[in-house]
Amino acid sequence: MSQQETPATYEKYYVPEQSIWPIVGAVALFLIAVGAGNYVVEVTRAKDGYGSYILAAGIFTLLIMLFGWFRDQIRESMGGLYSAQLGRSYRQGMMWFIFSEVMFFAAFFGALFYARMIAVPWLGGASNNAMTNEVLWPTFEAMWPLLSTPGGVQTTEMPWQGLATYNTIILLISSVTLHYAHVGLEKNKRSQLNVMLLVTILLGCIFLGLQAYEYVHAYRDLGLTLQSGIYGNTFFLLTGFHGLHVTLGTIILIVLYLRVLKGHFTPKEHFAFQAGSWYWHFVDVVWVMLFFFVYII
Amino acid sequence: MSSATEHATTDVAHGHDEHAHDDHHHAIPTGIKRWLFTTNHKDIGTLYLWFAFIMFLVGGAMAMVIRAELFQPGLQIVDPNFFNQMTTVHGLIMVFGAVMPAFTGLANWLVPMMIGAPDMALPRMNNWSFWILPFAFAILLASLFVEGGGPAFGWTFYAPLSTTYSSDSTALFVFSVHIMGISSIMGAINVIVTIFNMRAPGMTWMKMPLFVWTWLITAFLLIAVMPVLAGVVTMVLTDKYFGTSFFDAAGGGDPVLFQHIFWFFGHPEVYIMILPAFGIISQIIPTFARKKLFGYASMVYATASIALLSFIVWAHHMFTTGMPLAAEMFFMFATMLISVPTGVKVFNWVATMWRGSMTFEVPMLFALAFIVLFTIGGLSGLMLAITPVDFQYHDTYFVVAHFHYVLVTGAVFSIMAAVYYWLPKWTGKMFDITLAKWHFWCSLISVNVLFFPMHFVGLAGMPRRIPDYALQFADFNKWISIGGFAFGLSQLIFLALLIKACRKQGEPVSDQVWEGAEGLEWEIPSPAPYHTFDTPPVVK
Repeated sequence: MSQQETPATYEKYYVPEQSIWPIVGAVALFLIAVGAGNYVVEVTRAKDGYGSYILAAGIFTLLIMLFGWFRDQIRESMGGLYSAQLGRSYRQGMMWFIFSEVMFFAAFFGALFYARMIAVPWLGGASNNAMTNEVLWPTFEAMWPLLSTPGGVQTTEMPWQGLATYNTIILLISSVTLHYAHVGLEKNKRSQLNVMLLVTILLGCIFLGLQAYEYVHAYRDLGLTLQSGIYGNTFFLLTGFHGLHVTLGTIILIVLYLRVLKGHFTPKEHFAFQAGSWYWHFVDVVWVMLFFFVYII
Repeated sequence: MSSATEHATTDVAHGHDEHAHDDHHHAIPTGIKRWLFTTNHKDIGTLYLWFAFIMFLVGGAMAMVIRAELFQPGLQIVDPNFFNQMTTVHGLIMVFGAVMPAFTGLANWLVPMMIGAPDMALPRMNNWSFWILPFAFAILLASLFVEGGGPAFGWTFYAPLSTTYSSDSTALFVFSVHIMGISSIMGAINVIVTIFNMRAPGMTWMKMPLFVWTWLITAFLLIAVMPVLAGVVTMVLTDKYFGTSFFDAAGGGDPVLFQHIFWFFGHPEVYIMILPAFGIISQIIPTFARKKLFGYASMVYATASIALLSFIVWAHHMFTTGMPLAAEMFFMFATMLISVPTGVKVFNWVATMWRGSMTFEVPMLFALAFIVLFTIGGLSGLMLAITPVDFQYHDTYFVVAHFHYVLVTGAVFSIMAAVYYWLPKWTGKMFDITLAKWHFWCSLISVNVLFFPMHFVGLAGMPRRIPDYALQFADFNKWISIGGFAFGLSQLIFLALLIKACRKQGEPVSDQVWEGAEGLEWEIPSPAPYHTFDTPPVVK
C-alpha cells in the first residue's frame, strides 16, 4: 500500500470540534439509571426515597442535552458544513440503529413464541413432559391465549376486532400519509408536505389515545393485567414498548413539523426528515407483526 | 488517569515531533476538558484503553479475593454471599468493563488509521458511547454497598436466582446493564459506519486489514445481540418487581426461557470477545514472520462463518436443562462445526510462519502464546460440545478452565499483544523492553499454573461458583491460587510499563516501528499526529 495525492474533488469530511453534549448526556443517563433503579424499588416495596427526583432530574438533563445537541447539529447542517459523505454516515447510522431496535423487539417476540409453542404446552404435558404436568399442576390444561395459569390466575382474551383493528388501519394510513409528505418535500410542494405531516401526527396521537383506552378497558373490564400470567406479560410488554416507540416517533414528527414551519429541509437535503420517516415506518411494521401474532392468531 | 496522560501530551507538544501536529487545526485542547468533550478518535481510544485497564485491575482484585478464599478448603476469609458477589461482579467487569472496552479502544485508535479516514464517522456519539461506561460501572460497583448486597447470581444472572432470590440491588444492576448495552451499540454503529463509508479511495473490501474486517463483523454481532440482552434484563426487572412471570412456570413462563434468550445474546457475545483478537493476531504474525498473511480471503470467510454460526449454537450452554433429544443433537453438531473455520484460522497463522524470517519481539511473543493457549481453550470447548460428556463437565471447574483459556490467554493476551505492537506508534517511543519481557514470561508461566489445573479438578467433579470444596481438591487449589496471585502481580509490571510509556520515556522509533510492518498506520509519523488523513490517501 502506498499513499498518493488526493483527488481534487474530495469534499472535506466534517469532524466537529469539542462538544459538551455527550458528557451532559452521560450524566443524564447516569441519573436516569440511578433514579430508576431506586424508584422501582421504592414504588414496589413502598419505601421512601429520592428515586423519583433523581429520575426526573435525569430526564430533564437528557432533554437539555437533546435540545442542545440537535441545535448544534441543525446549525452545522444549515451552515453548509456537511458533505454528501457525512449524509451517508447519518443514514447508515440510522439504519443500523433501527436494526438494533428490530432485535430488541425480536427478544420479546421470541419470548412470546417460546411461551406459546413450548413452555405452555410442556406444562400441559406435551412432548415428554407428562410427569411435569402430573407432579406440578395436574389440573392445568394448555391453551393459548393462556386464560387460566397453572398458578390459577384467570383472565380474558383481548379481541382483535374493534380497537386493535382500528389502530391497525390508523397506523397503516399514517405510513401512507407520511410517505406523501415525503413526496411533497422531494417535489418541493410545501403545502402537501405541511398537511400530510400534520395528518400523520394526528393519526399517531389518535393511535396513542386508543391504545391508552384499550389498556383501561383491559384492566377495568377484561381483568387482563400485567400480572395475568404469560399472556398478559407478552401482551403488555410488546404493546407497551411499541407504544413507547410510537410516542417517541410522534415527538420526532412534531419536531420535524416545527422545522418544516421554519422552512428547513430542501428537496435534496433532508436527512432528519428521512430518518424520522424511516423510524415511523419501522414502528408501523412492528405493529403489523404485533397485530398478527399478539391479537389475531 | 487523565492527569498522567495529559502531562504526557504536553511533553509531546514540546518534544521532538512538533512537525507531526497539523498546522491548520485548532490547538489541541488541554486539561480535563480535552478528555471530557473530545471528539478525537485517538483521545477516545486512549480513554477506552485506560478505562479497560483500570477495570481489569478492579476485576482482577475481585479474582484475588476469590482465589484467597479458595486457597484452602473451608470458609476462611469472606462469607458465601460476598463470595458470590465477587464471582458475579468479577465476571461482569471483565466481560463488559475490560475486554469489550479494550477492543473498542483499539478499534477507535486503529480503524480510522488503517482505512485512511480522518476520524470515526460519528465523533460526538463516539464520545458519548465512551463516557456512559464509567457511569455504568460506578452504578454496578456502588450496588455492592446497597443493603442486602450487590448482584450475587453469577454474571449470567439466571432466573430465578436473579428474580426470586436476588437482593433489591437488582434494579441498579438491570439499569447499569442497559447503559453498557447502549454504549456497545453506539460504539458498534460507529465502527460499522466508519468502515462502510470512510474507507480511502482504493481501500477495497478485500484490501482491508484483517483487524478492520474482524471488527466489522464484531460490530454487526454487537448490534444484533446487545438489544436482546436489554430485552432479557428488562424481563428480569418486570419479573422481580412488577409481577410478570416470563421465567415463572406458575404463570405459564419458564426459567429455561431465560437461558434461551440470555444465551442467544451470550454466544455471539463470546465471539464478540474473540473475533477482534483473531484480527490482531492476523496483523502481528505476518509482521514478525516477514511474510504476507497466508490465506487472507479464507481468513475473512472464516470470520464471517464463525459469526453466522454463533447465532445457532446457543443452547450448547444448556445441555442439562432437559431439552428434547433432537435439540441436543442439533446444538452439538452445530457447535462442532465452528471448529472448522476456527481451525482454518489457526492453520493459516501457522502457515504464515512456515519458512518465515521469524523474530520474537514482545508483541510476537504474546501472539505466539495466544495461538498455542487459545487452541487449548478451543479444544476443551470441543470437548464441552459433546452432549453426553457435557453432563459430566457442566458447571464444573472444567468449564472455568475452558473459558479462561479463551478469554485470558485468548482475548486478554491478544489485547496485550496489540498494545505492545501499536504502543510505539501511539507514543513515538519504544516501550521498556526488559519490563515487557518480564511481564510476558511472568504472565505466561503464572497463567498456566492458574488455569491448567482447573481442568483436572473440574474433570474430577469440583463445581464452579462455590466458596468451599471437598478435601481431595485442596492441593490443586493451592497451586491454582498461587498461580492466580502471581498472575495478578505480573500485571503490575504492565502497569509500570504503561505509566513509563505514557510519560514518553524510551527510545524514539521510526515511522514503520517494526521492520516487517505493513499498512497505512505505519506510513504516518510516530507518534501518530492528533489528526491523520484530513484528506484521504489513495491506496494502490
